Amino acid sequence: MNIVVLVKQVPDSGADRNLRTDDNTVDRGSANNVINEMDEYAIEEALKIKEAHGGEVTILTMGPDRATESIRKALSMGPDKAVHVMDDALHGSCAVATSKVLAAALGQLNADLVLCGSESTDGRVQVMPHMLAERLGVAALTGARKLTVDGATLTVERQTEEGYEVVTASTPAIVSVWDTINEPRYPSFKGIMAAKKKPVQTLSLADLGVAAGEVGFVGATSAVVEHSKRPPRSGGTKVTDEGSGGTQLVEFLATEKFV
Amino acid sequence: MSEVLVVVEATAEFGVKKVTLEMLTIARELGSPSAVVLGGAGAAEALAGKLGEYGAEKIYAAEGDEIDGYLVAPKATVVADLVRRVQPAAVLLASSQEGKEIAARLAVKLDNGILTDVVGLTADGTATQVAFAGSTIVKSKVTRGLPLVTVRPNSVNPTSNATTAAVEQLTVAATDSDKLAKVVDRVAEQKGSRPELTEAGVVVAGGRGVGNADNFTLVEELADLLGGAVGASRAAVDSGFYPHQFQVGQTGKTVSPQLYLALGISGAIQHRAGMQTSKTIVAVNKDGEAPIFELADFGVVGDLFKIVPQAAEEIRKRK
Repeated sequence: MNIVVLVKQVPDSGADRNLRTDDNTVDRGSANNVINEMDEYAIEEALKIKEAHGGEVTILTMGPDRATESIRKALSMGPDKAVHVMDDALHGSCAVATSKVLAAALGQLNADLVLCGSESTDGRVQVMPHMLAERLGVAALTGARKLTVDGATLTVERQTEEGYEVVTASTPAIVSVWDTINEPRYPSFKGIMAAKKKPVQTLSLADLGVAAGEVGFVGATSAVVEHSKRPPRSGGTKVTDEGSGGTQLVEFLATEKFV
Repeated sequence: MSEVLVVVEATAEFGVKKVTLEMLTIARELGSPSAVVLGGAGAAEALAGKLGEYGAEKIYAAEGDEIDGYLVAPKATVVADLVRRVQPAAVLLASSQEGKEIAARLAVKLDNGILTDVVGLTADGTATQVAFAGSTIVKSKVTRGLPLVTVRPNSVNPTSNATTAAVEQLTVAATDSDKLAKVVDRVAEQKGSRPELTEAGVVVAGGRGVGNADNFTLVEELADLLGGAVGASRAAVDSGFYPHQFQVGQTGKTVSPQLYLALGISGAIQHRAGMQTSKTIVAVNKDGEAPIFELADFGVVGDLFKIVPQAAEEIRKRK
């Protein structure tokens, strides 16, 4: 099975993150940039499917030059190769334009299965699988907590608020996964060394047949008008329990009219 | 006045979800609210009363197996056709997984911008969003097409404005490519009578400090006394104390209740990402240096196994 995993480089969600003041995009320059955590589960799932059914795993990333670090990191887990869509004109692209570019890249990769994380930890927009499915005319099985591959038939358990849905589709298809689906492996030393030699193909917008005017700020379908940091919460009251902590807590709730 | 389409979010158990009422409230400021019900046969009739009570002047219904039997895509096709026909002033959906997914397909079908996690929307289409775990407030606009936004639960206070809404049945014209992802089963998992986590006015959440799965009954008891939902930190979920669908945080649900009570939760960034826009935050933790206290309006440093039962007893006394 030919599997493509979408990997996005994001600013570390465990640190302070900001938007730039000059063009309102995510400040990646000052951030510690890492693989979107959710994508590691997608990579793991792809490797497990390859181990069980054979095939090839390709990483697909759209991002600036520095995303190369995340691509090598992804490859060190075990995928075979990577495709890096990189073009200066992409800076400032909205989700709709991003989906256009990724769909064009997927069009060249001939995947049976596209795997991705359920969301990126920076935007948390969750729209990419269905945007891509809409453009490519393939099925999107999203929010999988379990994925079963049986020949060309895919079955997922999709977490919902009431429980879960069992959803099936035939390949080619896009599946997004939650972090409950597996436990991503750590790259081995051997994997890290091997990753340095794995092929990474770079594609420009011209290679994909997408015009520069359709992406970036020029082609964006939405715009940030302004942004500000939320003021930090001012310190509240902190008491140490000396036998009446529970009662004091309820007294606070009562003054706030919760009891 | 132009119509504003509100794509209804509802569950079999609770009926119309609160976020839908919030969307109808927002829609009234922008134009004439029309609710769009997408579901199984008879779905709209069951919801019409509530939707009218909150100001829906019209209800569009797309019902049946073609809608209910597949993931998302047929719903997006129906809404896209409706948008082309009525040319609404805006389209509002819930910022849930499904709401975002329908919106995603609409954005591509209509070549239209999309804004998610919106907490406010003005008549000129300027949306307020919260980003980066609630630390950044963003004002943004759709610059191509109409405002297509997904609204986060607990963003506005729903207010009623009773009307009588007429129901118009829509023809479902799903294409073959809309029917690729087939729902073969829906399994309800035990949940009890508590409110849904993202919509609850009160959330009581437990963390690693709760110690084990059995002790979560303490968290549940307090939640029930306060009429709230139960949440759990990632540490608690990863340790198997509580099911994943109740996880609050960067890789779980984002909640914004009136009251968030954190029990035995240290307040790692991962967790804060999912709850720091809560109106009032109360924390109980044995470590006085835990970062959760930086957010807490009221914090108690001490043993939650002493403090929580005492608090529960005190609430019972006052009832």
